[in-house]
Amino acid sequence: MNELSRPKATKSAQSQKPESEQQAQPAGQKQARRVEMRVRPTAPILPPSNIQGNALMVVIAIMAFLACLTLGAVSMVRATASSWQSQISREITIQIKPDDGLDMNAALKKARDLALTFVGTREGTIMDESATARLLEPWLGTGLNLADLPVPRLVIVTIDEKNPPDFAGMRDLLKTEIPQAFLDDHRTWVDRLVSMAHTTVLIGMGVLVLVFTAMILTVIFATRGALSGNRHIVEVLHFVGAESSFVAGEFQKHFLKISIKGSAAGGALAAAMFAIANMWQANSLATPESDQASALFGSFTIGMGGYLGIFATMIVIALLTTLTARFTVMRTIDEIDLIRSDPARSDGLSAS
Amino acid sequence: MIHFENVGLRYGMGPEILRDMTFDIPKRSFQFLTGPSGAGKTTLLRLLFMSLHPTRGIIHMFGRDLSQIPRAELPMLRRRVGIVFQDFRLLDHLTTYENVALPLRVRGKEESSYRNDVIELLKWVGLGERINVLPAVLSGGEKQRAAIARALMDQPEILLADEPTGNVDPPMARRLLNLFLELNRLGTAVVIATHDLALMDQVDARRMILTEGRLDIYE
Repeated sequence: MNELSRPKATKSAQSQKPESEQQAQPAGQKQARRVEMRVRPTAPILPPSNIQGNALMVVIAIMAFLACLTLGAVSMVRATASSWQSQISREITIQIKPDDGLDMNAALKKARDLALTFVGTREGTIMDESATARLLEPWLGTGLNLADLPVPRLVIVTIDEKNPPDFAGMRDLLKTEIPQAFLDDHRTWVDRLVSMAHTTVLIGMGVLVLVFTAMILTVIFATRGALSGNRHIVEVLHFVGAESSFVAGEFQKHFLKISIKGSAAGGALAAAMFAIANMWQANSLATPESDQASALFGSFTIGMGGYLGIFATMIVIALLTTLTARFTVMRTIDEIDLIRSDPARSDGLSAS
Repeated sequence: MIHFENVGLRYGMGPEILRDMTFDIPKRSFQFLTGPSGAGKTTLLRLLFMSLHPTRGIIHMFGRDLSQIPRAELPMLRRRVGIVFQDFRLLDHLTTYENVALPLRVRGKEESSYRNDVIELLKWVGLGERINVLPAVLSGGEKQRAAIARALMDQPEILLADEPTGNVDPPMARRLLNLFLELNRLGTAVVIATHDLALMDQVDARRMILTEGRLDIYE
Protein backbone atom coordinates (compact mmCIF):
# COMPACT_ATOMS: atom_id res chain seq x y z
CA MET A 1 0.00 0.00 0.00
CA ASN A 2 1.07 3.50 -0.58
CA GLU A 3 2.31 4.82 2.73
CA LEU A 4 2.86 8.32 1.41
CA SER A 5 -0.66 8.99 0.22
CA ARG A 6 -1.88 9.98 3.63
CA PRO A 7 -0.30 11.99 6.45
CA LYS A 8 0.33 9.65 9.35
CA ALA A 9 1.75 11.95 11.99
CA THR A 10 1.48 15.60 12.86
CA LYS A 11 4.91 16.47 11.50
CA SER A 12 4.43 14.80 8.17
CA ALA A 13 0.89 16.12 7.93
CA GLN A 14 2.03 19.66 8.41
CA SER A 15 4.81 19.29 5.87
CA GLN A 16 2.51 17.62 3.34
CA LYS A 17 -0.38 20.04 3.62
CA PRO A 18 -1.49 21.48 0.28
CA GLU A 19 -0.29 25.03 -0.20
CA SER A 20 -3.81 26.33 0.27
CA GLU A 21 -3.91 24.81 3.72
CA GLN A 22 -0.38 25.58 4.85
CA GLN A 23 -0.41 27.74 7.93
CA ALA A 24 2.49 28.73 10.09
CA GLN A 25 1.62 28.09 13.72
CA PRO A 26 3.76 28.32 16.79
CA ALA A 27 4.46 24.98 18.42
CA GLY A 28 2.64 25.90 21.63
CA GLN A 29 -0.49 26.92 19.75
CA LYS A 30 -0.41 23.65 17.79
CA GLN A 31 -0.22 21.72 21.03
CA ALA A 32 -3.18 23.66 22.40
CA ARG A 33 -5.20 22.97 19.24
CA ARG A 34 -4.42 19.24 19.53
CA VAL A 35 -5.79 19.12 23.07
CA GLU A 36 -9.00 20.82 21.94
CA MET A 37 -9.68 18.18 19.25
CA ARG A 38 -12.46 16.15 20.74
CA VAL A 39 -14.99 14.04 18.91
CA ARG A 40 -18.42 13.00 20.09
CA PRO A 41 -19.08 9.33 20.90
CA THR A 42 -19.38 7.53 17.58
CA ALA A 43 -22.95 7.53 16.29
CA PRO A 44 -24.44 4.30 14.91
CA ILE A 45 -24.07 3.88 11.15
CA LEU A 46 -27.77 3.06 10.97
CA PRO A 47 -29.78 5.65 12.93
CA PRO A 48 -32.42 3.98 15.15
CA SER A 49 -35.01 6.45 13.86
CA ASN A 50 -34.53 5.07 10.33
CA ILE A 51 -36.06 1.74 11.31
CA GLN A 52 -39.78 1.71 11.99
CA GLY A 53 -39.27 -0.42 15.08
CA ASN A 54 -42.34 0.34 17.21
CA ALA A 55 -44.86 -1.53 15.07
CA LEU A 56 -42.46 -4.47 14.74
CA MET A 57 -41.85 -4.47 18.49
CA VAL A 58 -45.62 -4.68 19.14
CA VAL A 59 -45.96 -7.52 16.62
CA ILE A 60 -43.07 -9.42 18.26
CA ALA A 61 -44.58 -8.78 21.71
CA ILE A 62 -47.94 -10.19 20.56
CA MET A 63 -46.26 -13.21 18.96
CA ALA A 64 -44.16 -13.80 22.10
CA PHE A 65 -47.31 -13.48 24.25
CA LEU A 66 -49.18 -16.02 22.11
CA ALA A 67 -46.20 -18.40 22.01
CA CYS A 68 -45.71 -18.23 25.78
CA LEU A 69 -49.46 -18.60 26.37
CA THR A 70 -49.49 -21.69 24.17
CA LEU A 71 -46.46 -23.10 25.93
CA GLY A 72 -47.97 -22.42 29.36
CA ALA A 73 -51.33 -23.89 28.36
CA VAL A 74 -49.67 -27.03 27.01
CA SER A 75 -47.62 -27.43 30.17
CA MET A 76 -50.77 -26.87 32.28
CA VAL A 77 -52.83 -29.44 30.37
CA ARG A 78 -50.00 -31.94 30.55
CA ALA A 79 -49.70 -31.45 34.31
CA THR A 80 -53.47 -31.80 34.80
CA ALA A 81 -53.69 -34.88 32.57
CA SER A 82 -50.75 -36.45 34.35
CA SER A 83 -52.36 -35.80 37.76
CA TRP A 84 -55.67 -37.30 36.58
CA GLN A 85 -53.81 -40.24 35.12
CA SER A 86 -51.96 -40.98 38.35
CA GLN A 87 -55.17 -40.59 40.40
CA ILE A 88 -57.10 -42.94 38.17
CA SER A 89 -54.38 -45.52 37.80
CA ARG A 90 -54.00 -45.72 41.60
CA GLU A 91 -57.36 -47.50 41.90
CA ILE A 92 -59.35 -50.25 40.25
CA THR A 93 -63.10 -50.81 40.57
CA ILE A 94 -65.04 -54.06 40.85
CA GLN A 95 -68.61 -53.62 39.76
CA ILE A 96 -71.25 -56.21 40.76
CA LYS A 97 -74.56 -56.19 38.96
CA PRO A 98 -77.64 -57.19 40.95
CA ASP A 99 -79.10 -60.56 39.99
CA ASP A 100 -81.90 -62.79 41.17
CA GLY A 101 -80.77 -64.85 44.10
CA LEU A 102 -77.52 -62.90 44.52
CA ASP A 103 -76.64 -61.86 48.05
CA MET A 104 -75.14 -58.50 47.17
CA ASN A 105 -73.42 -57.86 50.51
CA ALA A 106 -71.79 -61.28 50.52
CA ALA A 107 -70.75 -60.89 46.91
CA LEU A 108 -69.18 -57.49 47.64
CA LYS A 109 -67.20 -58.89 50.56
CA LYS A 110 -66.12 -61.91 48.55
CA ALA A 111 -65.01 -59.76 45.65
CA ARG A 112 -63.00 -57.49 47.97
CA ASP A 113 -61.35 -60.47 49.66
CA LEU A 114 -60.52 -62.12 46.36
CA ALA A 115 -58.98 -58.92 45.04
CA LEU A 116 -56.88 -58.46 48.16
CA THR A 117 -55.35 -61.92 47.74
CA PHE A 118 -53.40 -60.57 44.77
CA VAL A 119 -49.93 -59.11 45.25
CA GLY A 120 -49.95 -55.37 44.43
CA THR A 121 -53.28 -54.54 46.02
CA ARG A 122 -53.31 -52.40 49.14
CA GLU A 123 -56.79 -51.73 50.40
CA GLY A 124 -60.36 -52.63 49.43
CA THR A 125 -63.37 -50.43 50.23
CA ILE A 126 -66.97 -51.43 49.63
CA MET A 127 -68.98 -48.40 48.58
CA ASP A 128 -71.94 -48.47 50.93
CA GLU A 129 -75.52 -47.72 49.96
CA SER A 130 -75.45 -44.07 51.01
CA ALA A 131 -72.23 -43.43 49.04
CA THR A 132 -73.74 -45.17 45.99
CA ALA A 133 -76.89 -43.05 46.36
CA ARG A 134 -74.75 -39.87 46.49
CA LEU A 135 -73.04 -41.00 43.34
CA LEU A 136 -76.37 -41.23 41.56
CA GLU A 137 -77.82 -38.06 43.10
CA PRO A 138 -77.06 -35.77 40.13
CA TRP A 139 -79.20 -37.97 37.86
CA LEU A 140 -81.85 -39.53 40.13
CA GLY A 141 -82.22 -36.93 42.88
CA THR A 142 -82.24 -37.30 46.66
CA GLY A 143 -84.15 -39.84 48.80
CA LEU A 144 -83.25 -42.73 46.55
CA ASN A 145 -84.02 -46.25 47.79
CA LEU A 146 -81.47 -48.54 46.22
CA ALA A 147 -83.50 -51.63 47.00
CA ASP A 148 -86.11 -50.47 44.46
CA LEU A 149 -83.63 -50.20 41.62
CA PRO A 150 -81.21 -52.69 40.02
CA VAL A 151 -78.22 -50.51 40.73
CA PRO A 152 -74.76 -52.11 40.50
CA ARG A 153 -72.54 -51.82 43.59
CA LEU A 154 -68.85 -51.02 43.66
CA VAL A 155 -65.74 -52.17 45.45
CA ILE A 156 -62.81 -49.76 45.18
CA VAL A 157 -59.38 -51.36 45.48
CA THR A 158 -56.28 -49.21 45.78
CA ILE A 159 -53.19 -50.65 44.16
CA ASP A 160 -49.45 -50.17 44.20
CA GLU A 161 -48.81 -48.16 41.00
CA LYS A 162 -45.22 -49.32 40.80
CA ASN A 163 -46.07 -52.96 41.27
CA PRO A 164 -49.62 -53.42 39.94
CA PRO A 165 -51.48 -56.72 40.43
CA ASP A 166 -52.18 -59.24 37.65
CA PHE A 167 -55.38 -57.69 36.27
CA ALA A 168 -56.09 -60.54 33.84
CA GLY A 169 -55.75 -63.17 36.57
CA MET A 170 -57.95 -61.14 38.91
CA ARG A 171 -60.55 -60.67 36.18
CA ASP A 172 -60.62 -64.46 35.46
CA LEU A 173 -60.89 -65.36 39.14
CA LEU A 174 -63.71 -62.90 39.73
CA LYS A 175 -65.60 -64.15 36.69
CA THR A 176 -65.33 -67.72 37.94
CA GLU A 177 -66.26 -66.96 41.54
CA ILE A 178 -68.80 -64.17 41.01
CA PRO A 179 -70.18 -64.18 37.44
CA GLN A 180 -71.95 -60.82 38.05
CA ALA A 181 -68.63 -59.07 38.86
CA PHE A 182 -66.84 -56.91 36.35
CA LEU A 183 -63.31 -55.55 36.93
CA ASP A 184 -62.57 -52.07 35.60
CA ASP A 185 -58.84 -51.18 35.74
CA HIS A 186 -59.52 -47.72 34.14
CA ARG A 187 -57.15 -48.54 31.28
CA THR A 188 -59.55 -47.05 28.73
CA TRP A 189 -59.66 -43.77 30.66
CA VAL A 190 -55.93 -43.66 31.13
CA ASP A 191 -55.36 -44.36 27.45
CA ARG A 192 -57.79 -41.58 26.52
CA LEU A 193 -56.07 -39.14 28.85
CA VAL A 194 -52.64 -40.00 27.51
CA SER A 195 -53.85 -39.56 23.94
CA MET A 196 -55.59 -36.27 24.92
CA ALA A 197 -52.36 -35.00 26.48
CA HIS A 198 -50.40 -35.98 23.35
CA THR A 199 -52.98 -34.30 21.10
CA THR A 200 -52.83 -31.13 23.22
CA VAL A 201 -49.03 -31.09 22.99
CA LEU A 202 -49.20 -31.59 19.22
CA ILE A 203 -51.77 -28.79 18.84
CA GLY A 204 -49.58 -26.56 21.00
CA MET A 205 -46.52 -27.35 18.89
CA GLY A 206 -48.53 -26.60 15.75
CA VAL A 207 -49.62 -23.23 17.17
CA LEU A 208 -46.01 -22.47 18.15
CA VAL A 209 -44.78 -23.32 14.64
CA LEU A 210 -47.48 -21.06 13.14
CA VAL A 211 -46.62 -18.23 15.53
CA PHE A 212 -42.89 -18.54 14.77
CA THR A 213 -43.54 -18.73 11.03
CA ALA A 214 -45.73 -15.61 11.14
CA MET A 215 -43.07 -13.84 13.17
CA ILE A 216 -40.25 -14.80 10.77
CA LEU A 217 -42.30 -13.59 7.79
CA THR A 218 -43.08 -10.31 9.60
CA VAL A 219 -39.38 -9.80 10.35
CA ILE A 220 -38.47 -10.53 6.70
CA PHE A 221 -40.95 -7.87 5.52
CA ALA A 222 -39.74 -5.42 8.17
CA THR A 223 -36.08 -6.03 7.28
CA ARG A 224 -36.71 -5.56 3.58
CA GLY A 225 -38.59 -2.36 4.38
CA ALA A 226 -35.73 -1.14 6.57
CA LEU A 227 -33.20 -1.97 3.84
CA SER A 228 -35.25 -0.16 1.27
CA GLY A 229 -35.57 2.90 3.53
CA ASN A 230 -31.82 2.91 4.18
CA ARG A 231 -30.70 2.15 0.63
CA HIS A 232 -28.54 5.29 0.51
CA ILE A 233 -26.60 4.11 3.58
CA VAL A 234 -26.18 0.62 2.09
CA GLU A 235 -24.86 2.24 -1.12
CA VAL A 236 -22.31 4.34 0.78
CA LEU A 237 -21.20 1.27 2.74
CA HIS A 238 -20.77 -0.55 -0.57
CA PHE A 239 -18.56 2.25 -1.88
CA VAL A 240 -16.33 2.25 1.20
CA GLY A 241 -15.74 -1.49 0.81
CA ALA A 242 -18.11 -2.95 3.41
CA GLU A 243 -18.81 -6.65 3.19
CA SER A 244 -22.43 -7.80 3.29
CA SER A 245 -21.79 -9.43 6.68
CA PHE A 246 -20.82 -6.02 8.10
CA VAL A 247 -23.98 -4.37 6.75
CA ALA A 248 -26.02 -7.32 8.04
CA GLY A 249 -24.40 -6.85 11.45
CA GLU A 250 -25.51 -3.20 11.55
CA PHE A 251 -29.13 -4.15 10.84
CA GLN A 252 -28.89 -7.14 13.15
CA LYS A 253 -28.02 -4.87 16.12
CA HIS A 254 -31.24 -2.92 15.67
CA PHE A 255 -33.42 -5.97 15.22
CA LEU A 256 -31.84 -7.65 18.25
CA LYS A 257 -32.77 -4.64 20.42
CA ILE A 258 -36.31 -4.54 19.02
CA SER A 259 -36.82 -8.30 19.40
CA ILE A 260 -35.43 -8.40 22.95
CA LYS A 261 -37.78 -5.60 24.02
CA GLY A 262 -40.76 -7.15 22.19
CA SER A 263 -40.24 -10.73 23.35
CA ALA A 264 -39.51 -9.58 26.93
CA ALA A 265 -42.75 -7.59 27.00
CA GLY A 266 -44.83 -10.44 25.51
CA GLY A 267 -43.21 -13.13 27.69
CA ALA A 268 -43.51 -11.05 30.86
CA LEU A 269 -47.17 -10.39 30.11
CA ALA A 270 -47.85 -14.10 29.62
CA ALA A 271 -45.94 -15.02 32.81
CA ALA A 272 -47.82 -12.32 34.74
CA MET A 273 -51.12 -13.64 33.41
CA PHE A 274 -50.36 -17.16 34.65
CA ALA A 275 -49.13 -15.84 38.00
CA ILE A 276 -52.28 -13.71 38.49
CA ALA A 277 -54.57 -16.61 37.48
CA ASN A 278 -52.72 -18.87 39.89
CA MET A 279 -53.04 -16.33 42.72
CA TRP A 280 -56.74 -15.84 42.00
CA GLN A 281 -57.29 -19.60 42.04
CA ALA A 282 -55.37 -19.95 45.32
CA ASN A 283 -57.33 -17.11 46.94
CA SER A 284 -60.74 -18.27 45.81
CA LEU A 285 -60.53 -21.97 46.72
CA ALA A 286 -63.88 -23.74 47.14
CA THR A 287 -65.85 -20.93 45.47
CA PRO A 288 -68.15 -21.84 42.54
CA GLU A 289 -66.09 -19.68 40.10
CA SER A 290 -62.82 -21.30 41.09
CA ASP A 291 -64.31 -24.80 40.99
CA GLN A 292 -65.70 -24.12 37.53
CA ALA A 293 -62.36 -22.79 36.28
CA SER A 294 -60.52 -25.74 37.84
CA ALA A 295 -62.94 -28.19 36.23
CA LEU A 296 -62.42 -26.53 32.84
CA PHE A 297 -58.70 -25.75 32.87
CA GLY A 298 -57.29 -27.59 35.86
CA SER A 299 -54.80 -25.77 38.03
CA PHE A 300 -53.27 -22.57 36.62
CA THR A 301 -49.92 -23.48 38.16
CA ILE A 302 -47.26 -23.80 35.46
CA GLY A 303 -44.40 -24.27 37.89
CA MET A 304 -40.75 -23.29 37.56
CA GLY A 305 -40.47 -25.43 34.42
CA GLY A 306 -43.25 -23.42 32.78
CA TYR A 307 -41.64 -20.07 33.66
CA LEU A 308 -38.29 -21.36 32.39
CA GLY A 309 -40.09 -22.42 29.20
CA ILE A 310 -41.47 -18.88 28.82
CA PHE A 311 -37.97 -17.47 29.32
CA ALA A 312 -36.58 -19.93 26.75
CA THR A 313 -39.33 -18.91 24.31
CA MET A 314 -38.34 -15.26 24.73
CA ILE A 315 -34.70 -16.12 23.96
CA VAL A 316 -35.70 -18.25 20.97
CA ILE A 317 -37.86 -15.41 19.59
CA ALA A 318 -35.05 -12.86 20.03
CA LEU A 319 -32.56 -15.19 18.32
CA LEU A 320 -34.97 -16.10 15.52
CA THR A 321 -35.69 -12.43 14.83
CA THR A 322 -32.02 -11.49 14.81
CA LEU A 323 -30.96 -14.38 12.60
CA THR A 324 -33.87 -13.78 10.23
CA ALA A 325 -32.89 -10.11 9.94
CA ARG A 326 -29.25 -11.07 9.32
CA PHE A 327 -29.99 -13.63 6.61
CA THR A 328 -32.57 -11.37 4.96
CA VAL A 329 -30.10 -8.46 4.80
CA MET A 330 -27.29 -10.64 3.47
CA ARG A 331 -29.54 -12.18 0.86
CA THR A 332 -31.04 -8.84 -0.19
CA ILE A 333 -27.62 -7.19 -0.42
CA ASP A 334 -26.36 -10.08 -2.53
CA GLU A 335 -29.40 -9.62 -4.80
CA ILE A 336 -28.77 -5.84 -5.01
CA ASP A 337 -25.09 -6.48 -5.75
CA LEU A 338 -25.93 -9.01 -8.42
CA ILE A 339 -28.43 -6.73 -10.13
CA ARG A 340 -26.13 -3.69 -9.81
CA SER A 341 -23.18 -5.53 -11.34
CA ASP A 342 -25.11 -7.17 -14.15
CA PRO A 343 -25.65 -4.70 -17.01
CA ALA A 344 -28.22 -7.05 -18.56
CA ARG A 345 -30.42 -6.57 -15.47
CA SER A 346 -29.50 -2.95 -14.78
CA ASP A 347 -31.48 -0.09 -16.28
CA GLY A 348 -28.36 2.02 -16.64
CA LEU A 349 -29.98 5.05 -15.00
CA SER A 350 -26.83 5.89 -13.17
CA ALA A 351 -24.78 5.88 -16.35
CA SER A 352 -23.85 9.15 -17.97
CA MET B 1 -2.33 -1.61 -12.16
CA ILE B 2 -5.58 -1.70 -14.17
CA HIS B 3 -5.85 -3.11 -17.67
CA PHE B 4 -8.92 -3.10 -19.95
CA GLU B 5 -8.90 -5.15 -23.12
CA ASN B 6 -11.67 -4.93 -25.74
CA VAL B 7 -14.18 -4.16 -23.04
CA GLY B 8 -17.73 -3.51 -24.18
CA LEU B 9 -20.88 -2.86 -22.19
CA ARG B 10 -24.56 -2.60 -22.95
CA TYR B 11 -27.49 -2.20 -20.57
CA GLY B 12 -30.17 -4.82 -21.13
CA MET B 13 -30.89 -5.17 -24.84
CA GLY B 14 -29.90 -1.55 -25.58
CA PRO B 15 -27.00 -0.32 -27.71
CA GLU B 16 -23.42 -0.60 -26.53
CA ILE B 17 -22.63 2.25 -24.16
CA LEU B 18 -18.91 1.43 -24.19
CA ARG B 19 -17.13 -0.18 -27.13
CA ASP B 20 -13.74 -1.85 -27.56
CA MET B 21 -12.11 -0.16 -24.59
CA THR B 22 -8.43 -1.04 -24.41
CA PHE B 23 -6.28 0.97 -22.04
CA ASP B 24 -4.13 0.87 -18.91
CA ILE B 25 -4.18 2.92 -15.74
CA PRO B 26 -0.56 2.82 -14.57
CA LYS B 27 0.49 3.19 -10.97
CA ARG B 28 0.93 6.78 -9.72
CA SER B 29 -0.61 8.13 -12.94
CA PHE B 30 -2.89 11.16 -13.22
CA GLN B 31 -5.59 11.38 -15.88
CA PHE B 32 -8.79 13.11 -16.77
CA LEU B 33 -11.71 11.15 -18.16
CA THR B 34 -13.85 13.44 -20.22
CA GLY B 35 -16.55 13.50 -22.84
CA PRO B 36 -20.04 14.87 -23.38
CA SER B 37 -22.89 14.04 -20.99
CA GLY B 38 -24.18 10.51 -21.61
CA ALA B 39 -20.87 9.38 -23.16
CA GLY B 40 -20.45 6.70 -20.46
CA LYS B 41 -18.02 8.32 -18.00
CA THR B 42 -19.89 7.14 -14.92
CA THR B 43 -20.34 3.68 -16.44
CA LEU B 44 -16.59 3.47 -17.04
CA LEU B 45 -15.93 4.57 -13.44
CA ARG B 46 -18.33 1.88 -12.22
CA LEU B 47 -16.37 -0.67 -14.24
CA LEU B 48 -13.14 0.63 -12.69
CA PHE B 49 -14.70 0.32 -9.24
CA MET B 50 -15.76 -3.30 -9.98
CA SER B 51 -19.34 -2.31 -9.31
CA LEU B 52 -20.37 -3.41 -12.79
CA HIS B 53 -19.31 -6.36 -14.93
CA PRO B 54 -18.56 -5.79 -18.63
CA THR B 55 -20.71 -7.43 -21.28
CA ARG B 56 -17.54 -8.47 -23.08
CA GLY B 57 -13.79 -8.09 -22.87
CA ILE B 58 -11.27 -8.63 -20.10
CA ILE B 59 -10.52 -6.44 -17.09
CA HIS B 60 -7.44 -6.98 -14.97
CA MET B 61 -7.52 -5.27 -11.58
CA PHE B 62 -4.30 -5.24 -9.58
CA GLY B 63 -3.01 -8.15 -11.68
CA ARG B 64 -6.12 -10.32 -11.34
CA ASP B 65 -8.70 -11.20 -13.99
CA LEU B 66 -11.94 -9.69 -12.71
CA SER B 67 -14.07 -12.49 -14.19
CA GLN B 68 -12.17 -15.02 -12.06
CA ILE B 69 -12.65 -13.21 -8.76
CA PRO B 70 -15.47 -14.56 -6.56
CA ARG B 71 -18.09 -11.94 -5.62
CA ALA B 72 -17.34 -12.34 -1.92
CA GLU B 73 -13.77 -11.15 -2.55
CA LEU B 74 -14.77 -7.97 -4.39
CA PRO B 75 -15.21 -5.79 -1.26
CA MET B 76 -11.58 -6.55 -0.34
CA LEU B 77 -10.42 -5.46 -3.78
CA ARG B 78 -12.66 -2.36 -3.71
CA ARG B 79 -10.86 -1.27 -0.56
CA ARG B 80 -7.83 -0.60 -2.74
CA VAL B 81 -9.88 1.92 -4.73
CA GLY B 82 -11.21 5.22 -3.39
CA ILE B 83 -14.21 6.81 -5.02
CA VAL B 84 -15.64 10.34 -4.89
CA PHE B 85 -18.98 11.46 -6.32
CA GLN B 86 -20.35 14.76 -7.53
CA ASP B 87 -23.17 14.50 -4.97
CA PHE B 88 -20.65 13.67 -2.18
CA ARG B 89 -22.74 10.80 -0.71
CA LEU B 90 -21.99 11.71 2.88
CA LEU B 91 -24.27 10.23 5.55
CA ASP B 92 -26.32 13.10 6.96
CA HIS B 93 -26.56 11.75 10.51
CA LEU B 94 -22.79 11.34 10.89
CA THR B 95 -20.31 14.14 11.60
CA THR B 96 -17.47 14.98 9.22
CA TYR B 97 -15.16 12.91 11.43
CA GLU B 98 -17.50 9.91 11.44
CA ASN B 99 -18.07 10.09 7.68
CA VAL B 100 -14.35 10.18 7.00
CA ALA B 101 -13.68 7.35 9.47
CA LEU B 102 -16.35 5.14 7.86
CA PRO B 103 -13.95 3.05 5.67
CA LEU B 104 -11.93 2.11 8.76
CA ARG B 105 -15.05 1.45 10.78
CA VAL B 106 -16.38 -1.04 8.22
CA ARG B 107 -13.03 -2.82 8.39
CA GLY B 108 -13.72 -3.43 12.07
CA LYS B 109 -10.97 -1.18 13.44
CA GLU B 110 -11.19 0.26 16.94
CA GLU B 111 -11.99 3.97 17.02
CA SER B 112 -9.05 4.72 19.31
CA SER B 113 -6.65 3.18 16.76
CA TYR B 114 -7.56 5.61 13.96
CA ARG B 115 -8.78 8.77 15.74
CA ASN B 116 -5.54 10.69 15.30
CA ASP B 117 -5.12 9.62 11.67
CA VAL B 118 -8.63 10.81 10.80
CA ILE B 119 -8.09 14.16 12.52
CA GLU B 120 -4.74 14.61 10.74
CA LEU B 121 -6.32 13.80 7.38
CA LEU B 122 -9.18 16.22 8.04
CA LYS B 123 -6.62 18.92 8.86
CA TRP B 124 -4.76 18.04 5.67
CA VAL B 125 -7.87 18.63 3.53
CA GLY B 126 -8.59 21.83 5.44
CA LEU B 127 -11.47 20.58 7.58
CA GLY B 128 -9.64 20.63 10.90
CA GLU B 129 -12.18 23.04 12.34
CA ARG B 130 -15.22 21.15 10.99
CA ILE B 131 -14.62 17.78 12.59
CA ASN B 132 -17.79 17.64 14.68
CA VAL B 133 -20.09 19.24 12.14
CA LEU B 134 -22.92 17.44 10.34
CA PRO B 135 -22.88 17.53 6.50
CA ALA B 136 -25.96 19.75 6.39
CA VAL B 137 -23.87 22.58 7.84
CA LEU B 138 -20.95 22.15 5.42
CA SER B 139 -20.55 24.13 2.19
CA GLY B 140 -20.32 22.32 -1.15
CA GLY B 141 -16.54 22.57 -1.17
CA GLU B 142 -16.27 21.32 2.38
CA LYS B 143 -18.55 18.38 1.61
CA GLN B 144 -16.44 17.47 -1.38
CA ARG B 145 -13.24 17.67 0.68
CA ALA B 146 -14.85 15.46 3.32
CA ALA B 147 -15.82 12.98 0.57
CA ILE B 148 -12.25 13.05 -0.77
CA ALA B 149 -10.85 12.52 2.73
CA ARG B 150 -13.20 9.54 3.16
CA ALA B 151 -11.99 8.08 -0.15
CA LEU B 152 -8.36 8.52 0.96
CA MET B 153 -8.79 7.28 4.49
CA ASP B 154 -7.61 3.73 3.87
CA GLN B 155 -4.75 4.73 1.58
CA PRO B 156 -6.20 3.55 -1.76
CA GLU B 157 -3.89 2.81 -4.66
CA ILE B 158 -6.19 4.62 -7.04
CA LEU B 159 -8.72 7.40 -6.56
CA LEU B 160 -11.72 7.68 -8.89
CA ALA B 161 -13.54 11.02 -8.86
CA ASP B 162 -16.83 11.46 -10.69
CA GLU B 163 -17.35 15.18 -11.50
CA PRO B 164 -15.73 16.19 -8.20
CA THR B 165 -15.91 19.89 -9.03
CA GLY B 166 -19.44 19.81 -10.42
CA ASN B 167 -21.02 21.37 -7.35
CA VAL B 168 -18.36 23.89 -6.34
CA ASP B 169 -17.30 27.35 -7.57
CA PRO B 170 -14.11 27.81 -9.69
CA PRO B 171 -11.80 28.82 -6.81
CA MET B 172 -12.88 25.77 -4.82
CA ALA B 173 -12.51 23.62 -7.95
CA ARG B 174 -8.92 24.88 -8.19
CA ARG B 175 -8.28 24.00 -4.52
CA LEU B 176 -9.73 20.51 -5.01
CA LEU B 177 -7.57 20.01 -8.09
CA ASN B 178 -4.53 20.97 -6.04
CA LEU B 179 -5.58 18.40 -3.49
CA PHE B 180 -5.75 15.70 -6.18
CA LEU B 181 -2.38 16.73 -7.58
CA GLU B 182 -0.81 16.66 -4.12
CA LEU B 183 -2.29 13.24 -3.57
CA ASN B 184 -0.92 12.02 -6.89
CA ARG B 185 2.50 13.47 -6.02
CA LEU B 186 2.38 11.32 -2.88
CA GLY B 187 1.86 8.19 -4.99
CA THR B 188 -1.86 7.59 -5.57
CA ALA B 189 -3.13 7.11 -9.13
CA VAL B 190 -5.98 9.53 -9.88
CA VAL B 191 -8.79 9.37 -12.45
CA ILE B 192 -10.99 12.48 -12.58
CA ALA B 193 -14.14 12.25 -14.68
CA THR B 194 -15.13 15.76 -15.71
CA HIS B 195 -16.40 17.81 -18.62
CA ASP B 196 -14.93 21.00 -17.15
CA LEU B 197 -12.43 22.06 -19.83
CA ALA B 198 -11.17 24.98 -17.74
CA LEU B 199 -10.21 22.56 -14.99
CA MET B 200 -8.38 20.24 -17.38
CA ASP B 201 -6.51 23.14 -18.95
CA GLN B 202 -4.92 23.90 -15.60
CA VAL B 203 -2.93 20.67 -15.63
CA ASP B 204 -0.84 19.00 -18.24
CA ALA B 205 -2.14 15.49 -17.74
CA ARG B 206 -3.24 12.45 -19.69
CA ARG B 207 -6.73 12.85 -21.18
CA MET B 208 -9.09 9.96 -21.84
CA ILE B 209 -11.87 11.23 -24.08
CA LEU B 210 -15.07 9.23 -24.44
CA THR B 211 -17.13 9.90 -27.55
CA GLU B 212 -20.14 7.78 -28.48
CA GLY B 213 -18.83 4.85 -26.48
CA ARG B 214 -15.30 4.95 -27.89
CA LEU B 215 -12.21 6.01 -25.99
CA ASP B 216 -9.36 8.15 -27.31
CA ILE B 217 -6.34 8.72 -25.15
CA TYR B 218 -4.07 11.78 -25.40
CA GLU B 219 -0.89 11.35 -23.39
